[in-house]
Amino acid sequence: MYPLTYARARTLSEARELLAKHDEARLLAGGMTLIPTLKARLAAPSLLVDIGQVQELQGIEAKGDRLVIGAGTRYVDIARSALVKRMIPALAYLVSRVGDPQVRNRGTMGGSVANNDPVADSPAAVLALGATVRTERREIAADEYFKGLFETALAPGEIITGFSFPVPARAAYWKFAHPASGYAMAGAFVADFGGAVRVAVTGASSSGVYRWKEAEDALGRRFAPAALDALEVSPDGMSSDIHGSADYRANLVQVMARRAVDAIAAGR
Amino acid sequence: MTVNGNKVSHEAEDRTLLVEFLRDTLGLTGTHVGCDTSQCGCCTVHVDGRAVKSCTMLVGQANGAQVRTIEGMAEGERLHPVQQAFTECHALQCGFCTPGMIMAVAGLLQDNPSPSDEDIIHGLEGNLCRCTGYINIVKAVKQASKTIGGA
Ligand SMILES: Cc1cc2nc3c(=O)[nH]c(=O)nc-3n(C[C@H](O)[C@H](O)[C@H](O)COP(=O)(O)OP(=O)(O)OC[C@H]3O[C@@H](n4cnc5c(N)ncnc54)[C@H](O)[C@@H]3O)c2cc1C
Ligand code: FES
Ligand code: FES
Repeated sequence: MYPLTYARARTLSEARELLAKHDEARLLAGGMTLIPTLKARLAAPSLLVDIGQVQELQGIEAKGDRLVIGAGTRYVDIARSALVKRMIPALAYLVSRVGDPQVRNRGTMGGSVANNDPVADSPAAVLALGATVRTERREIAADEYFKGLFETALAPGEIITGFSFPVPARAAYWKFAHPASGYAMAGAFVADFGGAVRVAVTGASSSGVYRWKEAEDALGRRFAPAALDALEVSPDGMSSDIHGSADYRANLVQVMARRAVDAIAAGR
Repeated sequence: MTVNGNKVSHEAEDRTLLVEFLRDTLGLTGTHVGCDTSQCGCCTVHVDGRAVKSCTMLVGQANGAQVRTIEGMAEGERLHPVQQAFTECHALQCGFCTPGMIMAVAGLLQDNPSPSDEDIIHGLEGNLCRCTGYINIVKAVKQASKTIGGA
């Protein structure tokens, strides 16, 4: 690892000041992505601003009819939250399948969504649920937020403070996890808002998480696994690597979406 | 930070990993480094009561925290119930993964005192063992859960 300077921010405004003072500063939340990146010498920030203990970024609460989760809330706390389990059980389930317990004890949803890894789980939930991404300066609709591989609408130095999720009538997430890493080879999050259905797919496309509009229309007309049968998923633009070809991933997308719909229909 | 109940205070370079601090500065070499890429769990310790991979944490992040390592598990001559169960169930061969495994198991049992086989497998996804095989490890977890529950 290259030499670096570490600073712990106690408040959001302290984090902003530190970021503003250093050009090459980087936020550090749980470190589950950033520390491996630093160890591999793929990044050399001049300053790490640790926001892991900033209270303003923590917490889970119901606000009106929405579920609000602080960006710095650790996966483990989201997965175990009675409120999340009651309001959006599919979200609690998704989070409980991220990585392994040690990763969930440190990692945060803010870190994952800021990073926008094409094989990460949380972006699928944020996009399918049509959540609002809140930063210290504005609110960004999920549909405007994800910009492709590791790209987001965040400006340099912008800090995600939390996520505000509308609560669907029913929803499910299903992923085909890579057997070693646990990352999604393909994952589908299906959310039914009483007729209006949103489907987000992660892991499969080489340009990151996306909405599968054809599936949304088909499920909007008839909410049943068979509604997806007639749809063709093109392998164009799907990732292809030693773990799976583009054709394989295109097929997985269909299967994962069916399973998610199945799980909802069966009330699981 | 407090390590196994003792207050410690040392200067360290900002880029120091928690595992390097524990092993090189404090000489607590029970915590192992298997992969250094966050995969194997050999470096698992508890920070403020939660199992974490100490190769994926900077020492600064643990500043002021309560840290517990494998050296802090036994009470004098008396092994921790998880250690005892690993010994009795032959849940180790070379022992390289064992300290991390035991810390992960202790974390698992703290959250879920009577886990099913499936809970155990899901709960140990962050720990790899290259030689024992997981069957005896699962057995040891079950036995430890009984000892702790019955104690
Ligand atoms: C062994 C292992 C297995 C994993 N398996 C999975 C898996 O199955 N599925 C999955 O989805 N992920 C998986 N992950 C990745 C993990 O989910 C992410 O690393 C984690 O969510 C990132 O959050 P963090 O808090 O650790 O972020 P950090 O590593 O601290 O930060 C990541 C990036 O986000 C930026 N950032 C952090 N917080 C904010 C914020 N509030 N605002 C703006 N920018 C911010 C940082 O500057 C950095 O660039 C795995 C990781 C490991 C090590
Ligand atoms: S050495 Fe830390 S996970 Fe392998
Ligand atoms: S006992 Fe040898 S690696 Fe687990």
